[in-house]
Amino acid sequence: MKLVINGEEVKSKGGLSVSELLVEQEVKMPEMVSVEINGRILRRPEFDTTVLNEGDKVEFLYFMGGGSGAE
Amino acid sequence: MTELEIPVSVFDRMVAQARAAAPIESCGILAGQENRIERLYEMTNIDKSPTHFTMDPAEQFAVVKKMRAAGLKMLAIYHSHPLTPARLSAEDKRLALTPDVAYLVLSLKDAENPCAKVFVVDRDRTSEVPLTIVKG
Repeated sequence: MKLVINGEEVKSKGGLSVSELLVEQEVKMPEMVSVEINGRILRRPEFDTTVLNEGDKVEFLYFMGGGSGAE
Repeated sequence: MTELEIPVSVFDRMVAQARAAAPIESCGILAGQENRIERLYEMTNIDKSPTHFTMDPAEQFAVVKKMRAAGLKMLAIYHSHPLTPARLSAEDKRLALTPDVAYLVLSLKDAENPCAKVFVVDRDRTSEVPLTIVKG
């Protein structure tokens, strides 16, 4: 099955959930990743229940944050 | 990445954003090609905190698509330290998750002389990268 991941066409096994896709694509620290499918940002509980379909546009982004903290 | 060039117009805009946001930390994304920054994308600090920042994922996705459409690459993620030096805090290092980008910290500790430093984080190793402010 073909997906478009972060703007690039990628081959993937069919029928994967988003959680399984993150494993398949060897995304490190998947708990820190935001996922958008076809323009819709998923809530974390949807990672296990959303199944990818042929041609889906998937975007992964890591959490971006930090700060001076308690210095 | 071994060095980073930033046009003075982009640097000045980043400083203006940080001053306007202070004492809240400001944040954003710097995009360009190779080691030369061409564009700055101001982002919302949804923490609205003087000691923490978190970018809005919806803004992140939108900016990444804009960069891709413009043929630009994400080169650095920046944020301000309104009251502390331009160095990566323990939290900054722990949350430096995005691969293949540099992390720029802009300090307003000396209000008249903002200081920016750039770092790359590779697992537990952090190293400073020279930053050159160039015309443009």
